Amino acid sequence: MNDEREVLDVLTTNARESAADIAAQTGLDEEAVEAAIASLEREGIVHGYQAVVDWDRTDEEKVRAVVEVNVELDRETGYEEIADRIAKFPATHALHLVSGDYDFAVEVEGASMQDVSRFISEQVAPMPEVTQTVTHYIMETYKDGGIRFEDGDDDDRLSVSP
Amino acid sequence: MRLSERARDLPESGIRKFFELAEARDDVISLGVGEPDFSAPWAARTAAIDSLERGRTSYTANRGMLELREAIADHHRRYDQVYDPESEIVVTTGASEAVDLAFRALVDPGDTVAIHEPAYISYGPGVDLAGGERLPVRTRAEDDFVLTPEVLSEAGAEDADLLVLCYPNNPTGATMDADELADVAAFCREHDIRVIADEIYAALTYGSDHDSIATQPGMRERTVVINGFSKAYAMTGLRLGYAMGPAEAIDAMNRIHQYTMLSAPTTAQYAAIEALRSCDDEVTEMVKEYDRRRNYVHSRFREMGLDCFEPKGAFYAFPQPGGDDEQFAEDLLEEQGVAVVPGSVFGEGGAGHLRVSYATSMRELKAATDRIEAFLADRD
Ligand SMILES: Cc1ncc(COP(=O)(O)O)c(C=O)c1O
Repeated sequence: MNDEREVLDVLTTNARESAADIAAQTGLDEEAVEAAIASLEREGIVHGYQAVVDWDRTDEEKVRAVVEVNVELDRETGYEEIADRIAKFPATHALHLVSGDYDFAVEVEGASMQDVSRFISEQVAPMPEVTQTVTHYIMETYKDGGIRFEDGDDDDRLSVSP
Repeated sequence: MRLSERARDLPESGIRKFFELAEARDDVISLGVGEPDFSAPWAARTAAIDSLERGRTSYTANRGMLELREAIADHHRRYDQVYDPESEIVVTTGASEAVDLAFRALVDPGDTVAIHEPAYISYGPGVDLAGGERLPVRTRAEDDFVLTPEVLSEAGAEDADLLVLCYPNNPTGATMDADELADVAAFCREHDIRVIADEIYAALTYGSDHDSIATQPGMRERTVVINGFSKAYAMTGLRLGYAMGPAEAIDAMNRIHQYTMLSAPTTAQYAAIEALRSCDDEVTEMVKEYDRRRNYVHSRFREMGLDCFEPKGAFYAFPQPGGDDEQFAEDLLEEQGVAVVPGSVFGEGGAGHLRVSYATSMRELKAATDRIEAFLADRD
């Protein structure tokens, strides 16, 4: 697991690092890196690799919302079953069971506010276990996936110093 | 205006020239920076802000706030360094001030001060200003730049009054383990040499923990240890360091400090207390990140056939391309826009080498090492 942990540290910073570069950074050899990645994927520890995108900088309209979902469980239905159904929708970007005032936090993505609200009112809210939804549209994203969205380089150090 | 002879004799640092060359261009990737690319941990910064909000803008005790000295004393137990916060620690304006105070408190005119080279650029001028005589001692690439009794003897350091020891080392990235320190300690005891140990990079070691010469038998009473917050906590601009040593040495340093500095910056002292109290995890994260970069840079250099021993501390690699290092650095800057510092800036022992700082993002390191590779390929 130690090799895997080190590889994971690099991948979670930058998933596009090549095996050769990961090897150089960790001191492992390239085969060991590839084996670690394969095993991370096989064991379902790493589920995928995605770009962290600042959609506001594209021409594309992209609306995101965090939706609070309250549910009422019955004898037949647990959180897993409900999660399964909500997760199936492509509009569901992320889904978490959370502690506190509501049960699920759903990150929803759509092409417009209408799109998102229609998804909630037509797909999520009607589910028999769902008792309430509260939708928060995301107005601005400052940081995502651990990466701060800002104009790059604010290195104000002297370029050469002792 | 007429200047003092001492000021006239003080040469411009060799770093200056490369700073100017690099500043003159705007496409430069700099591997010439001697400070962390991180910012100080947020908790330390908020402690500074809090102190300002509470109006804590007055002087502190000359030696620094007792609470800070106690935190420093606690922190150093991890290196088996035990100092009394009341009498054996003085907080200074950067390690730089501590180095200066140590020279002024320990050097009489004509005293010989052995400085191993390559070394941080402040020691030589500090000795000059204190009226001492510099004795350069060249450490060897084949010893991984570790100081040995052999090179001390070769340089005639038996007669030295004082030795400046800087490990983990700027510019080489070398460290010294307990056995190696024991040999140097024996030399110092035998020849009655006192030591100024600049351990500002103590927290930045890779693979094994820092060892201090002050913990060698019979060395505590002849050593002033210098450390600070600049490197470990990425607090260079807050200007805070300290010295630890026998009460009479610290007392003498504090007497000079009380006239020349009064007290170290108060805001920084509040930040430092918090840094010591709660920022170990951030330091660990930074060390991990430096370690990845260190591995990366070292392995890239090896691949491109650039001779480079494995650095074990600080955030510098010290490859040896051979030939004239100044020319190499100038050409590299001119042709590929990569700034490094020529090793000879750090004394003759550094000639033929380059100081490459990896206190910069992985992305920049990749681009810079690619450019260095292209530069080497063009030269062949
Ligand atoms: C070896 C060494 N000592 C001392 C210093 C100065 O540190 P400070 O910022 O605490 O004055 C530096 C800074 O580059 C250094 O590399």
